[in-house]
Amino acid sequence: MNSFPTSSLWQLTSVRFRLFLREPEAIFWTFAFPILLAMGLGIAFRNRPADVLQVGATTPQLTQSLAADKGLTAVTIDEPEGTHALATGRILLLAIQEPGGVVYKYDDTNPDARAARLLADRAIQSAAGRQDAVRATNALVHETGSRYIDFVVPGLLGMNLMGSAMWGLCFSIVEARQKKLLKRMVASPMPRWQYLMSFLLARLAMLVLEVIVFLGFARLAFGVPFRGSLLELGFLCVLTSLSFSALGLLTASRAKTTEAASGLMNLVMLPMWILSGIFFSATRFPVAIQPLVRALPLTAAIDALRGNMLQGMNLGQLAAPVGILTAWLAVSFAASLRIFRWR
Amino acid sequence: MKNGTNRDAALSLRGLRKAYADVLAVDGLDLEVVRGECFGLLGPNGAGKTTTIEICEGLTTADAGEVELLGLCWGADANALRQRIGIQLQETQFPDKLTVEETLRLFRSFYHRGIAVDESIRIAQLEEKHSGRVGGLSGGQKQRLAMACALVGDPELLFLDEPTTGLDPQARRHLWDLVDELKRAGRTIILTTHYMDEAERLCDRVAIMDRGRIIAQGTPKALIASTGGDHIVEFAIAGQESAWVDAALLTALSGVQSHRVDAGLHQLAVSELHTSVPRIFAALEEQGLQLSEFRTHSATLEDVFVGLTGRTLRDE
Repeated sequence: MNSFPTSSLWQLTSVRFRLFLREPEAIFWTFAFPILLAMGLGIAFRNRPADVLQVGATTPQLTQSLAADKGLTAVTIDEPEGTHALATGRILLLAIQEPGGVVYKYDDTNPDARAARLLADRAIQSAAGRQDAVRATNALVHETGSRYIDFVVPGLLGMNLMGSAMWGLCFSIVEARQKKLLKRMVASPMPRWQYLMSFLLARLAMLVLEVIVFLGFARLAFGVPFRGSLLELGFLCVLTSLSFSALGLLTASRAKTTEAASGLMNLVMLPMWILSGIFFSATRFPVAIQPLVRALPLTAAIDALRGNMLQGMNLGQLAAPVGILTAWLAVSFAASLRIFRWR
Repeated sequence: MKNGTNRDAALSLRGLRKAYADVLAVDGLDLEVVRGECFGLLGPNGAGKTTTIEICEGLTTADAGEVELLGLCWGADANALRQRIGIQLQETQFPDKLTVEETLRLFRSFYHRGIAVDESIRIAQLEEKHSGRVGGLSGGQKQRLAMACALVGDPELLFLDEPTTGLDPQARRHLWDLVDELKRAGRTIILTTHYMDEAERLCDRVAIMDRGRIIAQGTPKALIASTGGDHIVEFAIAGQESAWVDAALLTALSGVQSHRVDAGLHQLAVSELHTSVPRIFAALEEQGLQLSEFRTHSATLEDVFVGLTGRTLRDE
């Protein structure tokens, strides 16, 4: 019967791939955007020498004591002007000389201000002659794997896998439906499963490029660590991409116009952009909504990617997120096949 | 195969019925198309042509009635049927960023047997656009690409749904030539159109549809002859009520078959212009009537439709 290059599955897949490569916007969002985002975040959150904190004091003596600490720079300032400087963020703490001692004025919800409070008190107390009860020295560590960029790269990878799978499937299918191309395909003897399968195959082919380009960049530019098995990392990327492809298929299964599809897709993805811990840990959300946060496919994907890359966990240790992703894959795929509108 | 089925039938419909939420789109339709003929479904927009053809194509299921194509039914033999029919739908938009050749190669891959991609490009006269993107084609070229996609599987039965709607006159004639070539190759073609001239030009037989039913069926020639004359004389009277014209006097003239009046315009079906026209002039003069308009044309399927429904095709 059909030889490989003339088989319909191959033709459908290569058409998908070609259409993707001929769409400059798609290339940008898939390849350039995550790299630009990683670069921006890498620069913004790069590890700098510990910040020197700006403080103020109402008398020159206090200023002198404060300036003796390497972690502080101090200015002499009167109280009304100092309060204004506090409010506008020019200084983090104002030390006020009062008859009975020193008053520290600062915002205790600001971590830098709390640090300034500790340093300022230590400087003033030791200038006044306090001796340390226990002798202490510091040993400083700047380890890769504990930096913000290490944390955020698996998050961005998960976000990108979600975006490219959802857009790649949902938008193309709804566009074909809107332009009556889907109806025309169904009117031909094309096997319907091959049409859907061609999207998954093209997705997997692009996934290889996408993941290698992004992680290669993260490795070369920032030295992001890969502590787990690379093979298992590849498996996690494929599983993530397939789960979101199934979710994209479900989103695309009824929509008649690309406008409706875009709205639906944002509705599906927005909660995950916020809740799934791309840029900060998802554990920061209240305990009450943690079960929901944990059940989201992107949370599971990012947890698994971080577990593999940063903690070197194997698939056995990642059974929970892998299970959640597999469940999303199975349920979305089954549901979309049931309700899919072929015309 | 059931008793009474014509073995030469490429398509046979019996008692076809289809209702949408608020309209009865197809209302008890019987039709038989013989192998090798070019059959036209005619009617105004909304007559039920597209619903009928989509039921034939297996894209819509009928509420009631039987559909048989090439001796097969959609229920049992859908896959085999799809291999043997070619379909061109209204308003399919192929991906702009594929080339003509890539699009056809894709569609060719769906069929077990068929013609070479280059052959389909030659038939559709798209050779110079062979490697051009679909997005750069004109309306007529896009329609010929749709036609080529319907042809790559070398179909025995070809469905064309309003193939020339929206095309300029030159692109229409170009497409007609293409259909002529397909007819010569012996394919069975079923097409829908709301252009009566297109049906007269292309079809061996036509069925005129109105409001979900077939109101007349036959060769274009026989249908036109059924209006009673080969020619139509149209005239209007200057500054007078149309009721002043004595219609009985006109139809009594030898050679005049019928008379009808629509918005002040009188229409007479006549068999021979050169003998009837002088008599009509004389009769009008006798009644002391002044003409403000007078013209004649050969009777068309349009006149058949008007005669049957009292409406013109563009009324909708």
